Amino acid sequence: MINVSNLTKTFGSKRAVDGVSFTVGRGEVLGFLGPNGAGKSTTMRMITGFIPPTGGRISVGGFDMADQPIPAKRLIGYLPENAPAYTDMTVYGFLNFAAAMRGLRGAAKAAALRRAVDLCFLESVLHQNVDTLSKGYRHRTCFAQSIIHDPEVLILDEPTDGLDPNQKHEIRQLIRQMGEKKAIIFSTHILEEVDAVCTRAIIIDRGTIVANGTPQELRQKSELAGAVTVRVKGLGAGELSSRLQQVSGVGRVTVLESGPGGVTLRVLAKGGGANGALAPAIGEALKGCSLEQLRTEEGRLDEVFRGITLPDTGKEAKA
Amino acid sequence: MNNWGHIKTITQRELQAYFSSPVAYVFIVIFLLLNGFFTFMVGGFFERGEAALAPSFFLWHPWFYLFLVPAVGMRLWADERRVGTLELLLTLPIAPWEAIVGKFIASWLFLGLALLLTFPVVMTVNYLGSPDNGVIFAAYVGSWLMAGAYLAVSCITSAITRSQVVSFIISVVACLFLILAGYPPVINLLPNLSPHWQWVMDVVTSFSVITHFEGFQKGVLDSRDIIFFLSVIGFSLFTTSVILRTHRTN
Repeated sequence: MINVSNLTKTFGSKRAVDGVSFTVGRGEVLGFLGPNGAGKSTTMRMITGFIPPTGGRISVGGFDMADQPIPAKRLIGYLPENAPAYTDMTVYGFLNFAAAMRGLRGAAKAAALRRAVDLCFLESVLHQNVDTLSKGYRHRTCFAQSIIHDPEVLILDEPTDGLDPNQKHEIRQLIRQMGEKKAIIFSTHILEEVDAVCTRAIIIDRGTIVANGTPQELRQKSELAGAVTVRVKGLGAGELSSRLQQVSGVGRVTVLESGPGGVTLRVLAKGGGANGALAPAIGEALKGCSLEQLRTEEGRLDEVFRGITLPDTGKEAKA
Repeated sequence: MNNWGHIKTITQRELQAYFSSPVAYVFIVIFLLLNGFFTFMVGGFFERGEAALAPSFFLWHPWFYLFLVPAVGMRLWADERRVGTLELLLTLPIAPWEAIVGKFIASWLFLGLALLLTFPVVMTVNYLGSPDNGVIFAAYVGSWLMAGAYLAVSCITSAITRSQVVSFIISVVACLFLILAGYPPVINLLPNLSPHWQWVMDVVTSFSVITHFEGFQKGVLDSRDIIFFLSVIGFSLFTTSVILRTHRTN
C-alpha cells in the first residue's frame, strides 16, 4: 500500500531525512521509533503529502504522491502530531466538516460519523466546543477525523501522546484491530507500544533507518538476547561464577545480586546471539545446587533502542 | 467531489467559525457605528442637502477598510498555522488553491454582509430625496471589490506569519500604500518629474484604490477598475499559495 523509496528531505543544510526506503502492506502495522528530531514526523509529513520531499518517491495505493496527490491523499487518514483541530467548532461540526471534505454525503456521512464517534468514545462531548475539551478528548477527536472515511492507509503521529493509561490502551487496541485490514504507520516513543501493537518496527535515527524488523527480530539484536539469568541458593558468588565459566558457550558472567538469600547471576552467551542451548547446559552444570530460577532472556527493546540510536550529545556519530 | 464542492464546504466552515465567536458581531457593530458616525456627523450628510451617498458615506470606506479588513483577514492563515490545522487542511484530498479560494470567499462574503447591513443609510437617502440608486448600487459594488482587494492583501500577510498581530500590522501598512498611492496630498509631495519620468508617477497612482474607487462612486462600472480590483485579488491569492508552498518546502 505504501511504498517509500530513497526519501530525502533537507532543511537548509540539515538533512532531516536521508535516504529512507520501506514498504508497508495491507494488514501491517508499522511502528516508527526514534529519538526526538530523528526525522519521524518529517517522514510522515512527506508520506501524507504535507511537505514535498527533496528527493525520492512516495506512492500510496499505487498513486505517486508527487504526480497524483489527490487520489493518493484520498486513501490516507492522518493524525498529525499534537492532534490539531479547529477550536472554534464543536466536535460534531469538526467531524462533519472532515466527512464532507472526504466527499461523504447524506446517509453515508451520518453512518461514518456514527462509526467514528463510537470507535473513539466521543458521544459525551459531541456538542462541546473543541477548545473546551481535555487533551485526551481532543486527541480522540482528531483521531476520529483520521478514520472518518475508513481509509486504507492510516498515518498516526504519536497517537497515544498525552493520554492516560486507559485511553492509551483503548487507542492501541483500536490500532491493532484496524491494522488487520489497513496499512498503518504510527510513531511512538513508548517501546512497550511496539510490542503491543506492531507487526513490524523501524528505528530511525538522524534521518536514516538503523533497524527494520519484527519486534522479536529487534529484540534479538539486544546484547541480552539469549542471556540466562540464574538464581541459586547455598553457593557463594565466586564459586558459582567459576563453575559457570567452565560451561561451554558461556561468555561473560555478571553477578546481579548476592546475599544470604541466594545469588543471582546473568550469563551471556559467547559472541552474543541467542540460541536456546545455554539454559540446559547451565542447568546441567548446576546439578545438585538448589536452583531457584533459570530463565532465558528475550532481549529488551529499550536496550536495542539505546544501543543503536546515538544519544544526542552534539558530537559526531561514532564510527 | 468537484472543486466547487470543496470550496463550498471550506467556505461554509469558515463562515460558521466567524459566527461561532463574538468577533464577527463585534466587527459588524463597529463597522456600522463608524459608518453612521462618519456619514452623519463628520461627513455632514444632512447639511449637504444632497440626495447622494458618495460624498458623505462611500468616501470613508477606503479608510475604514484600512483597519477593519486586516482585522478580518489576519486570522485566515496565521491561526491555521499556529494551531496546526493547516496540516489537516492540506493533507485532505483537495488542491491547495481550493482551500485558499474557499477561505477567501468566506471572509469576502462576511465583509459583504457587513456592507449590506448599512442598508438603512440607503433607505434614509431615499426617504429624504430621490437619489440615483444606480449610482449607489455601483458604489456598493466598488466598495465590496475594494474590500476584496484589501482582504486578499491580508491573506498574504496572514500566510507570512503565525502571529495575527504581526499579520495585522503588515497588512495595514500594505493597504495604506494602496490608498496613499493615489491620495492627492501624498502625490503632491512627489517632486515634479520631467515628462520623461511621468510614467513612474502613472504606475504609482494606478495602484491606488482611491483612484479606482472614484469611478464607482460616480456610478461608472468601468471594466478597467473592475479588472484592477480582481487582478489585485487574483495576484494576492496566487502569492498566498506560493508563500504557503514555500513554508512547507523549508
